[in-house]
Amino acid sequence: MSAARRAMILTPLAALGCLYALILVHRPAVAGQAGPAFWILVAVLWVAAGLALGGLSHLRLRNPGARRLVGLSVPVLFGAFLFFLWEVIVVGAGVPSVLMPAPSSIASRFAASLPVLRDDFVQTFMKSVLSGYMIGCLSGFAVAIIADRIPFLRRGLLPLGNFVSALPVIGIAPIMVMWFGFDWPSKAAVVVVMTFFPMLINTVAGLAAAGRLERDLMHSYAAGYWTSLIKLRLPVALPFIFNALKINSTLALIGAIVAEFFGTPIVGMGFRISIEVARMALDMVWAEIALAAIAGSAFYGIIALVERAATFWHPSYRT
Amino acid sequence: MTTEALTLPVRQARQKPSRLWQGNTGPVLVVVLAVVVLWYVAAIAMNWQGVTDAFERAGEQRSTGEILLATLEQERPMLPAPHQILIELKKTVIDTPVTSRRNLLFHGWVTLSSTLLGFALGSLLGVVLAVLIIHVKTLERSLMPWIISSQTIPILAIAPIIIVVLGSIGITGLFPKAIISAYLCFFPITISMVKGLTSPDIMQRDLMRTYSASRTQTFWKLRLPASLPYLFAGLKVAIAISLVGAIVGELPTGAQAGLGARLLAGSYYGQTIQIWAALFGAAILASSLVAIVSLGERIVNRRMGVRAA
Repeated sequence: MSAARRAMILTPLAALGCLYALILVHRPAVAGQAGPAFWILVAVLWVAAGLALGGLSHLRLRNPGARRLVGLSVPVLFGAFLFFLWEVIVVGAGVPSVLMPAPSSIASRFAASLPVLRDDFVQTFMKSVLSGYMIGCLSGFAVAIIADRIPFLRRGLLPLGNFVSALPVIGIAPIMVMWFGFDWPSKAAVVVVMTFFPMLINTVAGLAAAGRLERDLMHSYAAGYWTSLIKLRLPVALPFIFNALKINSTLALIGAIVAEFFGTPIVGMGFRISIEVARMALDMVWAEIALAAIAGSAFYGIIALVERAATFWHPSYRT
Repeated sequence: MTTEALTLPVRQARQKPSRLWQGNTGPVLVVVLAVVVLWYVAAIAMNWQGVTDAFERAGEQRSTGEILLATLEQERPMLPAPHQILIELKKTVIDTPVTSRRNLLFHGWVTLSSTLLGFALGSLLGVVLAVLIIHVKTLERSLMPWIISSQTIPILAIAPIIIVVLGSIGITGLFPKAIISAYLCFFPITISMVKGLTSPDIMQRDLMRTYSASRTQTFWKLRLPASLPYLFAGLKVAIAISLVGAIVGELPTGAQAGLGARLLAGSYYGQTIQIWAALFGAAILASSLVAIVSLGERIVNRRMGVRAA
């Protein structure tokens, strides 16, 4: 059977089978006491889904639109199948929810506690992460510009910056809580320190990225320092800067959440995670993690979109 | 010829200042010195209020000089001075027996062991995943996007769940922390390994084909050696975040043992010097781990005949 035929036949079949298994597993007769027949069905579905995905990923399409669609659908279907397995195994085998809640119960908990999640999101993301991220990135950028102007400072700061970025910076969280209090400024301070050094290192590297030829050209235009900085070196540094922005988007969220483990007012994603874990309300913890994942991916995605718009000239985006 | 003759004397003139300032050593020393000086100034400034308040409460009149000295010798300062941290490090590392819970080496060892176990597990997982990904196209198309997007979510938030869930089914101690570390550090290894294993260019792969080498032979003789520089770049990142994972993994269990526990206990009881000492311990641990990986990299490179760049 060719890859195309296999994909065409098996993909809808496997999807239908998974849907059937999902409906089946939530019946009271099956949930928690699924028999061997059910597990055989799941195993068959597993094989079918694997074959279907294999067929899909070996498809050779001429149409670029269809190719993109298939390229996107393979990971999406794979992820959906993983969630299906999670749901079916947890519900079918009756895994207690203090060990592992099913995706459906996490989703219903997510929908039921939207106000709480919104408050946590505002506290952790809008206040701590965003303000810390802005201050950290901007100051890292500013110091990088200064360090680039003064070679002595650059040679002194860069090795230190590289050294610091290998350190567990997150450990300063208790100190920041002591200095800036329990509320969001202390978390923002942790985020500032965590995001500062990646920005510094990447910007300095980016400012050095302009080639000799381009610099000579600017020189022959009699361009001064500022002109060549703004017209040549900053644009060339943009991919590096965006790289730092992307690294920092994840670091900032991690920093804010972990800093909340060290003491917070009674709101915030890290606070909710630590308190609900202690109460063994794992569905709430997973809902909070889902929120963190959505926030993190959206943050990253927005930066990636801005990057695309700003560095459209870069070889990696040219088609 | 003429241009060379013209530029040479200028270059020599530039090289005149001592060699120290040519490299990075001099500037780094100056910056470190500046940080230490700033630290002392900040310590005096931040502790000033607390000291004057304490003297006022005691009803004592002190001169500025005495207050100045007192700011550097508080028991629970806002910001301890560097020498206080060094004294605390000496006290908790050398002066107490190694087996004692008050010894920082004991806690450092707890953290280090779970870091190393997690690092080993994560590296193994990372390398195996990378090898699978470059050989099975389905996995590359379906798994790779998920591995990459898994990095946009704050994975460390899952740490408490892993600790508590594994704890409730009876697995405690080293292993859950190691899992967090492994989870954090498989990613850079997988990514760099995939990059490294696919780094041999078409010419080299064609050469292997003209030798009629099998897939396995190509893997062992070409792809794997070519991937080693990338692997070590990944390992250096991985060992650093493996330590972060181990430290954060120690937080939810409520300060039993380890550097993370020292941080948490210090923040509960306001023992700032203890927190800073634990931080310094973690920093020393991190930098020596990275240094060891770099050393391994250099040894492997030399044995494979790579010239220092």
